[in-house]
Amino acid sequence: MSNQTDAQQTPLLQVHDLRVEFSTSQGIATAINGVDLSVSAGQSLGILGESGSGKSVTARTIMGLLDTPPARVVGGQILLEGEDLLSLPSKVRRSLNGPRMAMVFQDALSALNPVHPVGRQIGELFRVHRGYSRAAAKRAAIELMDRVKIPAASSRVNDYPHQFSGGMRQRIVIAMALALDPQLLIADEPTTALDVTVQAQILALLKEQQVERNMGLVLITHDISVVREVTDHVAVMYAGRVVEQGPTAQVLSAPRHPYTRGLAESVASEELKGSRLPAIPGSPPDLLNLPMGCSFANRCWLATEECNGRVPTLTELGESRATACFHHEEVQPYAAHSR
Amino acid sequence: MPHIVAEHARRATNTSPIMELRGVKQHYAIARPLPFAPKKIVRALDGVDLRVKPGSTLGIIGESGCGKSTLARILSGLEAPSEGEVLFEGVDINSLRGAEKRHMRQNIQLIFQDPYAALDPRMSIEQILSEPFEIHPGLVPESGRRRKVQELMELVGLNPDHLGRYPHNFSGGQQQRIGIARGIALNPKVLICDEAVSALDVSVRAQVVNLLQDLQQELGLSFVFIAHDLQIVRHISDEVATMYLGRIVEHGTFAQVYDHSEHPYTQALLSAAPELRQGNGTKRELIMLQGDPPSPLDPPPGCRFHTRCPIAQARCAQAEPTLDGVGEGHNARCFFPGPIPVRSA
Repeated sequence: MSNQTDAQQTPLLQVHDLRVEFSTSQGIATAINGVDLSVSAGQSLGILGESGSGKSVTARTIMGLLDTPPARVVGGQILLEGEDLLSLPSKVRRSLNGPRMAMVFQDALSALNPVHPVGRQIGELFRVHRGYSRAAAKRAAIELMDRVKIPAASSRVNDYPHQFSGGMRQRIVIAMALALDPQLLIADEPTTALDVTVQAQILALLKEQQVERNMGLVLITHDISVVREVTDHVAVMYAGRVVEQGPTAQVLSAPRHPYTRGLAESVASEELKGSRLPAIPGSPPDLLNLPMGCSFANRCWLATEECNGRVPTLTELGESRATACFHHEEVQPYAAHSR
Repeated sequence: MPHIVAEHARRATNTSPIMELRGVKQHYAIARPLPFAPKKIVRALDGVDLRVKPGSTLGIIGESGCGKSTLARILSGLEAPSEGEVLFEGVDINSLRGAEKRHMRQNIQLIFQDPYAALDPRMSIEQILSEPFEIHPGLVPESGRRRKVQELMELVGLNPDHLGRYPHNFSGGQQQRIGIARGIALNPKVLICDEAVSALDVSVRAQVVNLLQDLQQELGLSFVFIAHDLQIVRHISDEVATMYLGRIVEHGTFAQVYDHSEHPYTQALLSAAPELRQGNGTKRELIMLQGDPPSPLDPPPGCRFHTRCPIAQARCAQAEPTLDGVGEGHNARCFFPGPIPVRSA
């Protein structure tokens, strides 16, 4: 369990007003437009958003994996235990990936090298970072494979990625990410490519490892039920901004931003059988041409003149919740609102 | 035997199915790695019987590799099965030729998962949506086609002024609406949706699901709705079939399959979806299955699910159960149907 007092004193990761742009042939696309996040040791944060909301770009920026160009970090800070990653020389920054923070990608097959046995790929981390011998690295790899519950690890250590199933490959990628005991694990849609019965296994593994290691976990997903299942806190992103954040259970059961409410509501729950789903009209804005005011205003049933004029900032609501909406007090619980 | 049961059910409900699969098998031979290596066969579908009732929705759920997409291709006539019959209005669609075959194709349409890949990037929306009328020229005279295309665009909620635009000008949700417009252009009787909303974002998915349901009411369509999103299938389906490794393991009304699952695999599958477990209705315990589904290249003997089944017994490894009635119109392929006893935590 997360240690509350500890968590409040030293956030493991803090992101302040991060801004990232991409130059495209059609102009400048604003992928991240002032994102604030915070994760403490032993805490899990879900980043919930749709495609184009900037959730994956946020993860890649934190890890220093953005392709620059076309991307450009135009402002903000990323603090890992108070140290600004963006001001570090790239070599120093790269050396943090692995021992301090690690990432799990959606597509495990392309995250692994197809021409090397998995044991060697896991062992490589120990050889490079800790100077283990070949034999010691292999032993460490087997031990890790065991810990992520790959059956018969010692006999499969010399197998190649294609010989494993999708779920097992994702376990191998998780093993590699955990190899050097990182303080922070970022998982970008780790179960999207997997079947639902296998997804349940992988989510259980991630959660178990996060608690056991008292690690900070950032879980990026478009799936509201995955966030609800795994994370303590959630940040909802829309068009490059965090529009609402707070403890997962409270945010999802009593949203204070119309977008969060629309998302939570458009899930086809049992009670809606036979009726129309409450859909959010329209589609997300063009990142090349963001509106002057609130990005959600043109899809929002609460929008007024004010919303089109200026961007609402993320405002504290107390109980560690925050929302970026002028009309957050008018966001009703589900049942009261029908369209 | 299943056919006789089917005949009875048909007379009982007095609605003949619009489509029916009888003992459909689809086996693909895999290229041999070496000249004399043993021939390998993927049993994508291995004896499937199904009926689609007019004006209703049949949902198909199952994991990847269970044969869902093969089923879509067989139903739509894109592939002929290696064995068995695919009946549309009582006639085997693979025996049809010429005008009869065109008539069948007009009436069975398919919507694909990836809307962008399903649209020709070099054709304008007008060209895409008038192509069906060029293939079936008797339906709408050439002079009326532009008007018809505009009507279709309005029907699916697109701006008819945009008919000169190209697929890349539209968002994913709009592209899927174009795919749907093309699917309903010829006024088909059956629409097969193979993961038609899976690629869409949550907020847009609800719009497209609503659109499909509106169209079903207005046009009296029958749907076969194939998806791995268990909640959407529950929402849209009248009947649901669960597939595992090329076989149907459970079939019944949505309420029977979702609320009173009899097959252990259906129960495990539904319990693995957090959103169904979190529902305020029936509280489900997570039944964690071990491992991944076996390969359809080499399905286990006996019951195909016995290798992962929490309640498997010795008998399950030896003989394969048949799809038997466990309730009115509710069938399960299991020797020990019924709720899995919950282990005390």
